Amino acid sequence: MSRITMREAISQALWEEMERDPSVFIMGEEVGVWGGTYAVTKGFYDHFGPERVKDTPIAENAIIGGAIGAALVGQRPVAELMTINFAFSAMDYIVNQAPKLRYMFGGQFRVPLVIRAVGGGGRQLGATHSQTPDVVFAHFPGLTVVSPGTPEDAKGLLKSAIRSDDPVMFIEHATMYQVRGEVPDGDYLLPIGKSKVQRPGNDVTIVSYSKGLELSTKAADALAKQGIEVELVDLRTLRPLDMEPVITSFKKTNRAVVVEEGWKSYGVGAEVVSRIYEDAFDYVDAPILRVAQKEVPLPYNRTLEQAALPQVEDIVAAVKEVLR
Amino acid sequence: MAETISMPKLGFDMAEGTLVHWVKKIGEEIGQGDVLAEIETDKATVEVESPAGGVVRLHLVDEGMVVPVGTPIAVVGTADEDVSAMDVRPNESAVPVGDAGGEPESASSMGAPPPVTPDINYGDRRIKASPLAKKIARDKEVDLSAIEGTGPGGRIVRRDIEEAYSAVGRPAAQTESVQPEVIKKPQDKIVTLTRLRQAIGRRLADSKQQAPHFYLTHDYKMDALMALRKQVNGMLPDGEKLSVNDFILKATALALREFPNLNASLDGDTIVQHGQINVGVAVTVPGGLMTVIVKDTDQKSLRQISQEVKSMAERARGGKVKPDDVEGSTFSTSNLGMYDVDEFIAIINPPEAAILAIGSAQQVPVAAEGEIAIGWRMKATISVDHRVSDGAEAAQFMQALAKYLEEPLRLMV
Repeated sequence: MSRITMREAISQALWEEMERDPSVFIMGEEVGVWGGTYAVTKGFYDHFGPERVKDTPIAENAIIGGAIGAALVGQRPVAELMTINFAFSAMDYIVNQAPKLRYMFGGQFRVPLVIRAVGGGGRQLGATHSQTPDVVFAHFPGLTVVSPGTPEDAKGLLKSAIRSDDPVMFIEHATMYQVRGEVPDGDYLLPIGKSKVQRPGNDVTIVSYSKGLELSTKAADALAKQGIEVELVDLRTLRPLDMEPVITSFKKTNRAVVVEEGWKSYGVGAEVVSRIYEDAFDYVDAPILRVAQKEVPLPYNRTLEQAALPQVEDIVAAVKEVLR
Repeated sequence: MAETISMPKLGFDMAEGTLVHWVKKIGEEIGQGDVLAEIETDKATVEVESPAGGVVRLHLVDEGMVVPVGTPIAVVGTADEDVSAMDVRPNESAVPVGDAGGEPESASSMGAPPPVTPDINYGDRRIKASPLAKKIARDKEVDLSAIEGTGPGGRIVRRDIEEAYSAVGRPAAQTESVQPEVIKKPQDKIVTLTRLRQAIGRRLADSKQQAPHFYLTHDYKMDALMALRKQVNGMLPDGEKLSVNDFILKATALALREFPNLNASLDGDTIVQHGQINVGVAVTVPGGLMTVIVKDTDQKSLRQISQEVKSMAERARGGKVKPDDVEGSTFSTSNLGMYDVDEFIAIINPPEAAILAIGSAQQVPVAAEGEIAIGWRMKATISVDHRVSDGAEAAQFMQALAKYLEEPLRLMV
């Protein structure tokens, strides 16, 4: 085990998979010579060369379209979207082509594609560069959507994503690359489509993922000092969504809060809460609350940006409300 | 050769259309390409042309009907050829459109109405309780109307029910002080009255207070009845055997024929002597008791009485009693014989005049022709409202009852 950052964990996963399987290659804007805008692929170009670390034009539809083509003929591309906000330029490829080709060709083709996308706000990059549109991608059957919240999960899940024969959207968070955590050394895989209880507790369930997980962990620490034991369930994968640990936890605590960085309307919380009501109605002791971003395009101004994003205090307040 | 014309597919995703108006009537001549009918889709009303020329022989669909694309709607042919074979009307899934317009779903496509769950609302006051609290209340038969809610808006939540149940308060989460070792005392259990219990309590408290009860006990010779029952049951299949109480109900009903004043209700200053004899049977149900009623007990056979009592009792125990099962009794009975009770005194069910309490039939030493013998005896005690009747009449009723119980063949004729 080593205590490494999210950046290092993702980088290790990519490096190890590329060493292991020559069909794995990377393509994206500034991934090669520059080493990646978040320095994830630093050193890759010199080691693996331009055939396996491809710098692309600023044309997301070409990046994803080209990656799909490569995947169809048996390569394992890991395409990078410099930010998930640029995914909209390649939307048809991401949601109409990649997830559907296998079905529409009756299984004659597989699309073993990974799209690494960086999402989230908090760096004053403005409304069009700060979104968390995860649910948009999670809506489509055929597309796997993974979003880890810890370095250990990031490495294990990215390896599984690369080895998967179906398209995976792997969503990282712009402000979490320096988060440190314990990570097993060497090769290990984690299952896609399995939620995990990151922290046990008896009083209330918090369901979250990615940045929301980081904030909820801090909120749980603060609440523990007030005698409230939070059970923290990390979704890790948005599609397919694993509700089992969530329901098990909810049946124990009877009260829950869902935390996400995206907007509340039509969000991850909307889905999770619906499923809890459907599957555990008789266990509901209080309405389930959602903590999410305020319903505005994210401001550039630092103070306003922080006011719009969900914060630890918002989570603590929601937990207290739910325990009333 | 006559041609069948079907509901055309007028749009990419059209599934059904409404035949709004027949432009060409039956018997009218129509040229190929002439407008035959106006058909409405969810986008627009369209004039549909006939693909065939000739005479309109049949309209297979009425104006206003909605039919799926491809359904035959008309037959066009020569004026006199036989088209009876093509006279195929669409089946009942096509439902006529009402004035509201739009496309009604066929009855088969509508889901079953949502099941009505038993309402936990008492009277007009809506009780706010979390789903969890309601579930606990259901499981433990707790009356939510008796519980104070401490959740937002006065909502009853789990902890409120837990606190109502136990006399011990919840320990404070933050306390870290060491608790001294205490020997635990047995705690009281607080049980809230169910609605049924409250109802029983109210009615019978009234009865005991208002009606001047008097009581008579008569010891019945049950030898003949027990023997007859054994004989009859030998001929009946399992599950349909007669109980002693079935015989007693019939006997009571026949005796009441002779004493209409005991088959009566007090109504202010009049006594209503009922025409029908509907004998009630007390049945134990979860949380209390209910009286199920055999209508026209005097006119039914023993088997009929037995079956009715069995099914009504089952319904009552399962909480599925029908109003008809429990309304309209003119005289009640209660039998505690199965619990080895020798005799007891029952409280009259208002507004009835009397109630018969039946004890166990048992073999006891009896005096027979100056010798001690063993015989079957059963005590029954009648409680009577002295505003309606008096001792002599009641005693004579009990004697009449003896006639039927001790000479049970009378129950068969």
